[in-house]
Amino acid sequence: MLYFSKLRIFSVIIFTLILSYFTISNFFKIDDNFFSKNIKLGLDLQGGSYLLLEIDNKPVITQKLQNKVMELKNFFKDKNIITRNYTVDDNSIIFDTTPDKSDELNNILDDDESEINPYYQQYKSHEFDFVKDQDSFKLTLSKYGLVLLKNASLDQAIEIVRRRVDEVGTNEPNILKRGNDRILVELPGLDDPGRIKSLLGKTANLTFQFITQNTEESFGTEKLEFEDGSENAVVSKRIILSGDNLVDAKPSMNSQTNETVVSFTLDRVGAKKFGKATSTGVGKRLAIILDGKIISAPSVREPIIGGSGQISGDFTFQSATDLALLLRSGALPAPLNIIEERTVGPDLGQDSIDAGIMSLIIGFILVVLFMIYKYRVFGVIANLALISNLFLLVGVLTLFEATLTLPGIAGIILTVGMAVDANVLIFERIKEEIKSERNPIIAFDSGYTKSRTTILDANITTLIAAVILFFMGSGPIKGFSITLGVGILTTLFSVYFIARLFTAFYVIKNKEKESLI
Amino acid sequence: MRELSFNKFYKSFNILSIVLIVTSLILLTFKGLNYGVDFKGGTLIELRTDLNSANIKKIRDIFNQLNLGDVSVKNFGNDTDFIIKFEKQNSNDPKFIDNIKTKLSGSIGTVDFRRVENVGPKVSAELLQSGIIAIALSLAAMLLYIWIRFEWQFSLGAIVALFHDVIITLGVFSLFSLEINLSIVAAVLTIVGYSMNDTVVIFDRVRENLRKFSDIKIFELTNISINQTLSRTIITSATTLLALLSIFIFGGEILKGFSLAMILGVIFGTYSSIYIANPILVVLKVSQRTIVKEDKD
Repeated sequence: MLYFSKLRIFSVIIFTLILSYFTISNFFKIDDNFFSKNIKLGLDLQGGSYLLLEIDNKPVITQKLQNKVMELKNFFKDKNIITRNYTVDDNSIIFDTTPDKSDELNNILDDDESEINPYYQQYKSHEFDFVKDQDSFKLTLSKYGLVLLKNASLDQAIEIVRRRVDEVGTNEPNILKRGNDRILVELPGLDDPGRIKSLLGKTANLTFQFITQNTEESFGTEKLEFEDGSENAVVSKRIILSGDNLVDAKPSMNSQTNETVVSFTLDRVGAKKFGKATSTGVGKRLAIILDGKIISAPSVREPIIGGSGQISGDFTFQSATDLALLLRSGALPAPLNIIEERTVGPDLGQDSIDAGIMSLIIGFILVVLFMIYKYRVFGVIANLALISNLFLLVGVLTLFEATLTLPGIAGIILTVGMAVDANVLIFERIKEEIKSERNPIIAFDSGYTKSRTTILDANITTLIAAVILFFMGSGPIKGFSITLGVGILTTLFSVYFIARLFTAFYVIKNKEKESLI
Repeated sequence: MRELSFNKFYKSFNILSIVLIVTSLILLTFKGLNYGVDFKGGTLIELRTDLNSANIKKIRDIFNQLNLGDVSVKNFGNDTDFIIKFEKQNSNDPKFIDNIKTKLSGSIGTVDFRRVENVGPKVSAELLQSGIIAIALSLAAMLLYIWIRFEWQFSLGAIVALFHDVIITLGVFSLFSLEINLSIVAAVLTIVGYSMNDTVVIFDRVRENLRKFSDIKIFELTNISINQTLSRTIITSATTLLALLSIFIFGGEILKGFSLAMILGVIFGTYSSIYIANPILVVLKVSQRTIVKEDKD
């Protein structure tokens, strides 16, 4: 165990130097893509906001079922199959057909080539599961149909969230999918997420609908509240124009009223529709509705044919800017709820870094002194291994651009405390061996050999804990598991290659000495 | 080094351990754990105020006016820093935190919100569940590992020692109403790893000695093995504790609970390797035949 070939010595040195280089590179700016890797600081260290959003898919499912009803009706009409008595509940569609056609209808729905009920080869499932009860059919979204629907709406939502966050212009935001109904938004450096939260909390479904003369709701109309809650109005359900037709929106000043407004530009289709509606509707009030609330309802004085217009509604410059931003980035397919939020201010982050580094230095010095006190020369060797261990550990974290969190720093300090264990096991074993073996080289050798299984056992147990934490833990805790786990690997390397190398040199040089350890 | 007779005290320490475990279980059942916002849901605000302008009572009065349910206010680290926790979580209202800030600034001067955590009931339930699964999984993984590496008598000893450490550490947290949050789960898992590590080192030696000496009874043999590994046990516990104490004292308030749990875990883990894991080998009458039989397989 004490013999090292030249090649191996060389490889150990090169390996250690490369990783140490990455460690040191964290402290300097190097303008080179490959070599300028840095450890990323977690939000708890650099400050920032972590938001977990959950999409409320109910409206998406309802919408999907309603669209499906239309599709079914048209599809069967074309096929000369009479269907009737459609009803839609939370997650299914029920309808009847005539007795003579019910088997044919059943076959159409069950066909793998079915147009109306697509079959997904990879999941071995149709979009809809159905139950036939004589002439009555009940269609329910299948498990995979639901998954696909949710994924599609999540993908769309992520895109919108990304646009909104980008528009606000925060520094390197991180937007990730979590499961099939959640979005994780990490905003480094942002210490007041209020504005982003209010932007993400809005679906931003914009529609233009005419206000009717009625004061009560009836078929084809709905009663909506004004945004300030002051009054209600009954509007026609017919949508003249929706946010989809907008190509641009920006805050501006209305020169006549000196009010802050949001001016918008429509695409060609939108401009046409808007022009037509406003020409027939001169004199009527047109409600501008955002997420089910009326922002304002100006009277149409003349047809608007230019494809652009203004929304007024008691805006401040900030609220006009935000509304314009929401309209530019598009509507979310469904509302998002913020179900978890963690925000750390930048000064707390810096305090945590300072405290972490302080305790690392002090913990390190205490362990180093203790080892020298206990083992003298071999204490120095163990300490050299410990120092290179730290360089290796930070080097590996840098190389993989891992995220360092406060618990991660604690993991490094804990590694300092536990890393000497392997060397202690070896040294203690050597002490025992030296009692019965006169040749120090053989004693050292068997000290290393006999302690090996124990060291592996002991480290694997901690590694198991680290791996489980990595998979189960979130955020900062994951950071801890990474440093703890990588720390074990670098510890084993530093003990078996670096400390053993030094030990070998020392023992071979001083083999004549009495009481070597 | 003079040999110490650890085995003389097996009985008395076992009784002590049983008392501690029973007490811990009673505490855990009736007093329960003080879950933080991670597991209970709710809002946590860490704020820093201007010198001497605020005290706990003032801040509590302000929060009580806001109707946020149960509010707890504590100093955090020093006189100007406070931790405020309340059940209500209102993360969907973007003005929620702003309102609190305005209200506070009005009566106690400038406040700096250093940290805001807001966890909804669904997320906290999931976090608690995954925390429990993580701990259960790690115990199961340790059991599996030790079962592969050792004979069942050793596995039983090691696992009982693990449960002992985890239960008593949680018992201490319950007794002093210390907060259980995500980092405590990490600490508990590390304790599991450390305690196992410590037990394995002694067990490896017991097994080695069982092969060497056929005529020494297990009662004596465990004592010899403990003594042979004692200086390692002490040195490693010492360096680990030095590192942990350094985190506890200098690592800032956020890591206090985490490092405290680990300090307790290391102490109980070291103790249990000697006084729980080994006596179980004695009770199970492990002898050379136990391992020879296995070796033949």
